[in-house]
This record gives sequence, structure tokens and C-alpha cells, in this order.
Amino acid sequence: MQDAAISVQGLVKRYGEIEAVAGIEFEVPKGELFGFLGPNGAGKSTTISMLCTLVRPTAGRAFVGGYDVVSERDAVRRHIGLVFQDTTLDGYLSAEQNLRLHAELYGMPREHVPARLQEVLEMMELWERRKTLVNHFSGGMKRRLEIARGLLHSPRVLFLDEPTIGLDPQTRSSIWSYIRRLETEQDITIFLTTHYMDEAEYCRRIAIMDRGRIVALDTPDALKASVGKDRVQIHTENDEATIVALRERFGLDAQIAENLVTFGVAEGEQFVPRLFAELGQQIRSVNLSRPSLDDVFMSYTGKTIRDAEASSTDQLRQMATMWKRR
Amino acid sequence: MSVTATPAAPQHPAQGHRVAATHVPSGGLRGELRAVKIVWWRELIRFSRDRLRVVTSLVQPFLFLFVLGEGLSSIAKEGTHGVDLKTFIYPGILCMAVMFTAMFSAASIVWDREFGFLREMMVAPVKRSSLVLGKCLGGATVAGFQGLIVIAIAGLVHVPYAPVMMLAVFALQLLLAFSITAFGVMAAARVSQMQSYMALMQMAVMPMFFISGALFPISGLPTWLSVLNRIDPLTYAVNPMRQVVFAHLTINAAARRALTPAVTWFGWAVPGLLEAGVVLVLGLVMLGIAIAEFSRVE
Ligand SMILES: Nc1ncnc2c1ncn2[C@@H]1O[C@H](COP(=O)(O)OP(=O)(O)O)[C@@H](O)[C@H]1O
Ligand SMILES: [Mg+2]
Repeated sequence: MQDAAISVQGLVKRYGEIEAVAGIEFEVPKGELFGFLGPNGAGKSTTISMLCTLVRPTAGRAFVGGYDVVSERDAVRRHIGLVFQDTTLDGYLSAEQNLRLHAELYGMPREHVPARLQEVLEMMELWERRKTLVNHFSGGMKRRLEIARGLLHSPRVLFLDEPTIGLDPQTRSSIWSYIRRLETEQDITIFLTTHYMDEAEYCRRIAIMDRGRIVALDTPDALKASVGKDRVQIHTENDEATIVALRERFGLDAQIAENLVTFGVAEGEQFVPRLFAELGQQIRSVNLSRPSLDDVFMSYTGKTIRDAEASSTDQLRQMATMWKRR
Repeated sequence: MSVTATPAAPQHPAQGHRVAATHVPSGGLRGELRAVKIVWWRELIRFSRDRLRVVTSLVQPFLFLFVLGEGLSSIAKEGTHGVDLKTFIYPGILCMAVMFTAMFSAASIVWDREFGFLREMMVAPVKRSSLVLGKCLGGATVAGFQGLIVIAIAGLVHVPYAPVMMLAVFALQLLLAFSITAFGVMAAARVSQMQSYMALMQMAVMPMFFISGALFPISGLPTWLSVLNRIDPLTYAVNPMRQVVFAHLTINAAARRALTPAVTWFGWAVPGLLEAGVVLVLGLVMLGIAIAEFSRVE
């Protein structure tokens, strides 16, 4: 708790019947890159909105930078940077004007502004484009500008809600390289949400969220380890005989998947040599894979993240229109 | 709506980090003023980028002034006692021009909501009242420019360029623009789509304009219209505007009596300053409602 940048206790948000966030607890130490992973509708944005003081919790408490998000709202706002899921730039202003506006809104001492403005724009490689109207920016550039703006007032905690949503894979990976640079070069805590498994891997720790609850929270490696078994796939001369041999000699239950004999086993690296020595079948190739976050999600929620997405898409659409109505 | 952080006894252990270098000091009044100013500035920048708006929002007022004013002049000759009809409706047009621009300015809140920028402002560590106030002042300023253009054409409708008159006219325009922007912002707090906002404004503004007496003298009206006229807030901007302009015209007594009757409440002639006061108070009330609307937290 001593170094907690974010501390959340029993946080709940209800919208009428819907329990968007159903009592979550977690803590993010200073300087960590922490991720919320979950399908659409899991409650990630609602959590961010509560932490950023935009939405009042129905129950529970949360502290950001040591400040209470309900009773010390202004203090929280001064110490956080926020990049929303949907862009919030003024397209009719230039990149620089957007940042200046932000500096004024945040009451930054005027003498700090020019240097800091240049610093964040250079960090996001937008300095040369500072005079360009934001409407002429690509999606990736807008995102980078938003991150630059979120950093401008030197926040202690930067919140990024789905920073790469709607971007092409190349731009996504470039955004990620910026985020990871921030993590190493800046004294800042980063809290982000994503529903991309591969991106969650980059976080120091992740919380897996499903239907308003945190179902698991740990480092990506620990989470994968908690699933237990590695996946082994082997290509053999005689699959039938191999399956029988696996059952008889090792007590393993193997199946044919993707035309390969497939089975799960704990500590796969140590097992593979034994396999060669004792199987008694010709092995042409071996493929050993650690469990992915997909497997982790599956084991904690009983479904794949894509299934979870599909079931909540309709709900989400409704919500999107509701948000706009506000 | 905001609660100041109490730097008293450490309640949460993380308190120790509060002294760490942060570039964002607690704003206080100065911070709020900077917020007001920057929101105001943004209105100006956006207006200057939008040349088309300068032109389009003048089209309708000029149509009324020159087309209607010229077209009806032959049949209105008797009633105006020799005064050009264009001169008569000019004060109404001075009001109309700023009304339309102010209305469009407030519309940008709806726009900002649709395009997300509103959230950037809403999460800033400043009071919502500063944001709303900046917006209303911005709307008033932008509309003021528009008003200046209409003041500049005074010569075309036989109104002299008297400095005192122009100052008074401009002050009234700013006041009206401020109140109309506040009205628009108040409406924008509840409306999320541009079309609905525009429809709402058309529905409110056109009747207000017609009923205000911008196009006709307000004495000797049938009771129903007379009552509506006294209820219409715009009456209290149009009438002093006309009084100010006509005070600087040399016209015969009959024309003056016919064209510039005072607004009366149960037979009592309401003084011009009180009329301006009505516009101001209504504007402030709507500003207050707008602030309350925007300060709500889910
Ligand atoms: N303003 C709101 N009113 C009603 N329901 C909402 C509102 N915001 C979010 N929800 C509901 O809360 C749930 C979580 O939404 P959200 O936090 O946006 O999820 P995520 O960001 O993980 O996709 C959804 O079921 C959504 O319908
Ligand atoms: Mg979301």
C-alpha cells in the first residue's frame, strides 16, 4: 500500500439493473504498467471512469495517487492523464493548439509549457507536425497526440482506455513501442485496458475482467503457469499407436488436433526428452507451446474471449448509443 | 462540486508522495480564470477558421432588412410617417444578427459532445462553471463581431454613425448575445444530437423574433399578441435597441409616437435600463441552470 499509485476497495457501479462493475479490489504499485483485460462490456471503461472521477461509484472506495476519487476529485484530476477510448481532440485546432489548450485547462505554470510541450511531442514523434490541423492526422497520429496530451501535465498515473482499438496492426505495434518506452523512461504508472490478448502480454501485471468482476490478477507468466499444462503437439509415423503408447506409458490423454497428436502436460520442456526416449515411436517433429492468455481466459471464465465478445456485442451497441445521448 | 484536498494528517499512506514534483499546482481562482479564458479563446479560433459561418449567419438578417424592408416599403409608407421601413426594422436586425451567431456558438457544445472534445474539458481539474462561463463569453464575443458588421451598415439605412449610439447598441448586442448563448448552452446540456438542437433552436428563436416587435410597432396590438409580446424575452432587447437608435434620428413627432412606443406593463412604461436588466437576469438564470446541468456527475 505504501507505494500504491492506485488502490481500489470493493468498487461497485450499478446502472439500474446492470451491474457494470461488481465489486473489485486491486492495487497498482507506483511505476507499474498494469492492464485490464476483458471482452467488450466487461466493465473496463466504467472502472476507468470511476478512477478518473467522471463517474461516481455506487459503492466502495478508490484512491489514485493517494487521493480519494470521490471526496478529492480535483486533486485526482490534477494528477492523472487520460486517453479515452474514443478520440477527444479538437479536430479544428492544430496539434500544438490542442496541447496549449490542455496546458491552460490544467493550469500548468506558463514557463514550463513550451519545453514540456516540445518534450512530449518529440517523444511521440509529432514535433514536425505540430502546426497541422488534427483533422488531417491519421488514426495512429491522433492516438499518439492524445497520449502526448495525457502526458503534458506530468501526471503520476496515465490511464489509457483501449489505446489501440480500431488501429491497423502496424500502428498498434508502433503505439505499443511508445507505451513501453514510457514505462521504462518515465516515472509514471500506466493503467490501460485492452481486449487484445497479445497486448496484455506487455503489461507487468494484468487483471482479467469478465462481467464486472476480476477473475484473475497476476503477471502474464504466473497466470499462464496457473493454467498448468503446456501444450505438446507431435508429428509421428503412426498416430493411433502413439496415442495408445502415450496412454500406456505416461498416462496421458491425447487427441488429434490440427492433424497432430496433441496433449497437455506439466513442465513440457522436461517431458519432451523423456518422450523421445520412452515413446517407442518414430517422432518427426515436436511443437511445445506454453499456455497462451487465451487459455488463461478460457480456464477462468469457461469461454474464449471471442465468445464473450460475441455475446456482449449487442449490449455494447446499446450502450454506445446511450453514452452518446448523455 | 469540487472538494479541496486537505493536506492535514496523513490518512492514506500514499500521502507521502504528494510532495513529489508535479507540474500541476492547485489552480484556485487564477486557474479558473485561465480556464474561462482558454475556452473563450477556442471559440474565437474556431470562429476565425469558419469564414463561411460569418457569411451564412448574416444572410437571413440581411434578407429581412433589405428584401422585406424594401419590398414592403410602398405599402408601409402611410404607417411609418415618412421614415424608411428599413430604418424601422434595423434595430430588430441588429438583434437578429447576434442571436443567430450566439445560437450557433452554443451549438458547438453539442458538436463537442458528438466528437468527444467535451470529455477532455469535463475531466480537467477546473470547475464546470468556468467552462460554461467561458463558452458563453466566447459566444457573446463572436456574436459581437457579427453585430459590428451590422452596425457598420447603419449608413445604408439612414442611421447616423453617432459614437454614443454605436456604443450603446454594441453593449446591448453583447448582452443579448450572452443571454442567447446561455440559453443555447442550457439547451445543449440536454440535447445530444445536432439536428435536434437545431430544430429546437429554430422552434424557439423564430417565434421569439417575430413576436418581439422587431418587424412591427408594439402599440395597438390585439390582446393575445400584446400578451405574447410582453412574455417574449427578446422584446426587452429589441425595444431598447430601437429606442437607442431612434433617439439619434431626426424624425417628426408623429413618426416617433407611432414607431417607438415604450413597452408597458399594465399601463406602466418600462424604462430601458430595466428592460436590459430583464435580459441580463434571464441570461444569468439560464447560465446558472446550464452550470448545474453540466456539474452533475453520474
Ligand atoms: N452510462 C451507462 N448507462 C448504462 N449502462 C452502462 C453505462 N455505461 C456502461 N454501461 C454498462 O456497463 C457494462 C460495462 O461497460 P464498459 O465499462 O463500457 O465495458 P468495457 O469498457 O469493458 O467494454 C456494459 O454492460 C454496459 O452496458
Ligand atoms: Mg470500453
